[in-house]
Amino acid sequence: MTIHVRGLSRAFVAAGRETPALLGIDLEVAEREFVCLLGPSGCGKSTLLNIVAGFLRPSAGDVLVDGRPVTGPGADRGVVFQEYVLFPWLTVAGNVEFGLSLKGTPAAQRRATVARYLDLVGLAAHADKYPVQLSGGMKQRVAIARALANSPAIILMDEPFGALDAQTREVLQDELSRIQRVEHKTVLFVTHSIREAVYLADRVVVMTSAPGRIKQVFTIKLPEVRDRFAPEFTHYESEITRLVKEEVAKVHE
Amino acid sequence: MLLSGVADLMEWGVRGASRTHRVALAWRVGALAAFVALWSLAGGIVEATRPFNPLFLPAPWIVVGALVDLARKGQLWIHVVATLERVVVGFGAAAVVAIALGLLAGQVRGVRNIVEPVVELLRPIPPLAVLPLFIVWVGIGEASKVGFITYATFFPMFVTTVHGVAQIDGRLLRAAQSLGARRRHLFFRVILPAALPDVLTGLRLGVALSFFVIVISEFVGAENGLGYLINDGRNFFLVPQMLGAALLLGLLGYAGNALVRLLERRVLRWQHPR
Repeated sequence: MTIHVRGLSRAFVAAGRETPALLGIDLEVAEREFVCLLGPSGCGKSTLLNIVAGFLRPSAGDVLVDGRPVTGPGADRGVVFQEYVLFPWLTVAGNVEFGLSLKGTPAAQRRATVARYLDLVGLAAHADKYPVQLSGGMKQRVAIARALANSPAIILMDEPFGALDAQTREVLQDELSRIQRVEHKTVLFVTHSIREAVYLADRVVVMTSAPGRIKQVFTIKLPEVRDRFAPEFTHYESEITRLVKEEVAKVHE
Repeated sequence: MLLSGVADLMEWGVRGASRTHRVALAWRVGALAAFVALWSLAGGIVEATRPFNPLFLPAPWIVVGALVDLARKGQLWIHVVATLERVVVGFGAAAVVAIALGLLAGQVRGVRNIVEPVVELLRPIPPLAVLPLFIVWVGIGEASKVGFITYATFFPMFVTTVHGVAQIDGRLLRAAQSLGARRRHLFFRVILPAALPDVLTGLRLGVALSFFVIVISEFVGAENGLGYLINDGRNFFLVPQMLGAALLLGLLGYAGNALVRLLERRVLRWQHPR
């Protein structure tokens, strides 16, 4: 599935004044492409993701998924949130099979799918635990498994590793990269970490500070399995850093 | 709180208790025993030295004796059942109405805007103040007693249910929607389980309150019930009967609370899994 964002703008009304958050965004995400939205905080990248997810309406323009306009949230676009947002009353397995049980998938098939995805994220031993018993990293693995188990063509991730410590974060980046090599989803991934974007993305979309526009798009021509210390990697990193710094500086002017 | 004692004991039977648990339980049981011992001592001294008529402070065995006596005459059971019946019917009706209306009002703004102001207006009125009205409207029969419990216990259960629904994390709804949940799914799979802790808190308040208000309504024109026994004891100066009935009410209220707690432990295990 493809995502096609056309002339999209969004304004928020705060204290009686209309403040634009996104202005004239045009973006195409191809089938099986991994695109990172990168920008300083408050640049509207999460707003863009929420509009694609169908949680928010655009003020102008629209989003097409496989040519059809988005009118609300749907099972074709799985979402992974920054704060995990697991159902606390369901076990790990219960969370992962949530979407399948809504669809009425037979129990045996559900069990097999749950087992497969818990295995994929390395949580097979924790199927019967409740979310309160898990660490942040484990919760986010469950959230990823839950999104994948529902087999959406598109996965939207809103700073999914933002609340994790640096080590866990890199481990999960490795896992996500490995999972993507197996699952080949169309991914829109919001982050403010340049390193993370360069490590994961096929293309990095750098956004301007508020109101958010697309400043520049980088195609990352690196092998599928990436080395964070390769010279080409750091080259991309420093180039994008320079660009982002300009935007951060604008905020402080 | 001793209220959790019954559930603790049941668990103990199944799993064995931890050391800290055992020590705490020993203290609780000890405190209870000390209280009964002190009461017995006071009753015994009054009985022996008669500084005033021992009728005023009957010892525990006399209170229990009065209850046994009533039981032998086959009367005790009638009173206990009468009270329990009123509580179960009155509280049950209130629970159904309060939870249904609370779930609806918690979700639908329009309903909430209509129901909540009325509830907020009536809620601060002590329920006892409207008991005479109930009697004027529906007489002093069963209907007014049951209706009164329903009225009094409706409020805490309604308010906690509305709160339970209103405080749901919107992100949970979003997560469910992007997993394919429709309106009906959202209600049964997200809103209901998310509101359940608050609903159960409401039930616990409701149970406690129903034993609180039943007594007063049984003071007024009842022919049976534990409240009647107390009032009857006052008329005929049967202090052991008054104390005995009060004790039974306490035990029933305790058992009611323990039941809801047990239910909470079962259905809210996800909050404190082992």
